[in-house]
Amino acid sequence: MNTADVILKVEDLKTYFYAGGGLFSQKKVIKAVDGVSLEIFRGETLGLVGESGCGKSTLGRTIVKLYEPAGGKIYFDGQDVTALQGPKLKQFRKDVQMIFQDPYASLDPRMTIGEILKEPMTIHELYQNDAQREQRAVELLRIVGLKPDHIRRYPHEFSGGQRQRISIARTLALDPKFIICDEPISALDVSIQAQIINLLKQIQEESGLSYLFVAHDLSMVKHISNRIAVMYLGHIMEIGDSHELYLHPMHPYSIALLSAVPIPDPVEGKQKHPEPIAGELPSPLNPPMGCPFSTRCPYADDRCKREMPALKEKNGRMIACFRVE
Amino acid sequence: MDSLLTVKNLSVDFQTDQGTVHAVRGISFDVKSGEILGIVGESGSGKSVTMYSIMGLLTDNAEIRCDQLEFQGVDINPTHFEDKKGYLAAMKKLRGCSMSMIFQDPMTFLNPTMRIGKQLCEPILNHTNLTKQQAMQRALELMALVGIPSPETRIRQYPFEFSGGMRQRIIIAIAMANNPLLMIADEPTTALDVTIQAQVLELIRTVSKQMQSSVILITHDLGVVASLCDRIHIMYGGKIVETGTDREIFYSPNHPYTAGLLSCIFDPREEHSELTPIQGSPPDLLSPPAGCPFVDRCEKAMKICKLKMPEYTQLSPTHSSACWLNELAKGGSEG
Repeated sequence: MNTADVILKVEDLKTYFYAGGGLFSQKKVIKAVDGVSLEIFRGETLGLVGESGCGKSTLGRTIVKLYEPAGGKIYFDGQDVTALQGPKLKQFRKDVQMIFQDPYASLDPRMTIGEILKEPMTIHELYQNDAQREQRAVELLRIVGLKPDHIRRYPHEFSGGQRQRISIARTLALDPKFIICDEPISALDVSIQAQIINLLKQIQEESGLSYLFVAHDLSMVKHISNRIAVMYLGHIMEIGDSHELYLHPMHPYSIALLSAVPIPDPVEGKQKHPEPIAGELPSPLNPPMGCPFSTRCPYADDRCKREMPALKEKNGRMIACFRVE
Repeated sequence: MDSLLTVKNLSVDFQTDQGTVHAVRGISFDVKSGEILGIVGESGSGKSVTMYSIMGLLTDNAEIRCDQLEFQGVDINPTHFEDKKGYLAAMKKLRGCSMSMIFQDPMTFLNPTMRIGKQLCEPILNHTNLTKQQAMQRALELMALVGIPSPETRIRQYPFEFSGGMRQRIIIAIAMANNPLLMIADEPTTALDVTIQAQVLELIRTVSKQMQSSVILITHDLGVVASLCDRIHIMYGGKIVETGTDREIFYSPNHPYTAGLLSCIFDPREEHSELTPIQGSPPDLLSPPAGCPFVDRCEKAMKICKLKMPEYTQLSPTHSSACWLNELAKGGSEG
């Protein structure tokens, strides 16, 4: 794919939070996203995986400008969005939408489904009158597999899977080009997860939009993504074609992460005793000096503890590890 | 193998403002000593309520009906006790001693105002004659056993100083404090990351082997079940719809729901597999269907499925399933 097909480009993005800072203590910096660079192409799905606390949700939220970046650039459709203001920012907000994790918290309990679906259209002044918006809302419900008469109901009348369908309909109301899915299925039952994944895939096939799919369920991510990025403690460790990466992970962290996924097969699943990664995610308040994974990595040497390896290409894969070099 | 726990025809109803919720509707099973039994089901299928009723942990608005509930040959059927006090006293002796529970959410099941050491000592002091010092010693051993580094300092800390995975280890340590015969693990890894999940599952496996205790693992994750359990019950709509060994369930599922579940999980080893989701959503247990609970979502549903719950068909000594299709096949071969 050439650069014209890039819909979103992130360059050296940093998002910092500040903790503490009372009368006597100094403010501490939490580097939730620390120098992330990646590209997402038109019509593709990039899966973003990592343990909780690795900064994957923060990265997604920074891209939609829910958080202000501390540094770096975000280009959407070739335009730098970090400096956007006024009508252009509004246009960006229309083009980029987000599906949230918890369908119980992301829908206003006091609005009917119709109001929920029409609100974004009203804000962005789409369609001439309310009747047209209502018509569009009914169409959206049909797209996500709900019934037209659901439009008068309230969120509490729906199950988790149905609510997530409503969230999806709401993001589609503005015909976005890019949707960030922040763990959209992790609150749902297995049989419902597959429904939502298939729905998202079907919408993508029909309208050609791009997804950034943030998740910690690694097998579902592989199913929906064209490429996968593995994140650890604010850094991207590896990016590659999803099937390739699953079969042959190259970064020690990717290897460890994937070997921990239980295999749904009674014979193979029991034979496999993954060598669990020792220890846990270091505190982002006090990250290791060099490579963030060096404290748990079985191959770490002195150099890993001193300097951070850069993300470099190798056999069509981007990896941040000295060992692969 | 002897059966450690026998449950016959257990039903649990809850009285709520909306009406009576029939959470568990007549289930029977047994747990053999030393085995790891998996109970798989979606949320609302009644799997947790079943375990809570065995442990006597249900709230007052629950009505339990049961033909037989025996643990180690001792009758713990709540309907057989004359008053509630007697039942609670009997359960208090068992809980935390010969049967114990590993809860789902490690963030909420530890007391935030008590030191870890005191929480570990509680079940030991309640059920044994050890002194406080001896109990502390045992607590240290337990912490080392579940793989907590430098237990001497950690034992004096509070839960907030532990990460999620470490807290789950503490909960497992508390559960195994008195070498229980039965540990019930209710979604023990759902709140954890995959890397920590792998560590915790490995721990449950080794602990159960070492102490030769049985484990009931409640989960909705078929990957977890496959890698840990010897036998599996599939629950749906308050009923057990299929029972079998791990291989029987995974390689020759009989019930359409089991087959559906297996087709909507994704095997990371395959390149392009299509997910076939089960359409629809689980039944409302305020007014459960008269027939098979899966009827509204089943592609093979027939008229009779709506009217009457099928009997269990024994497919092998260890494999049974409740589906009218089996009756149909039987009828066809006989007549």
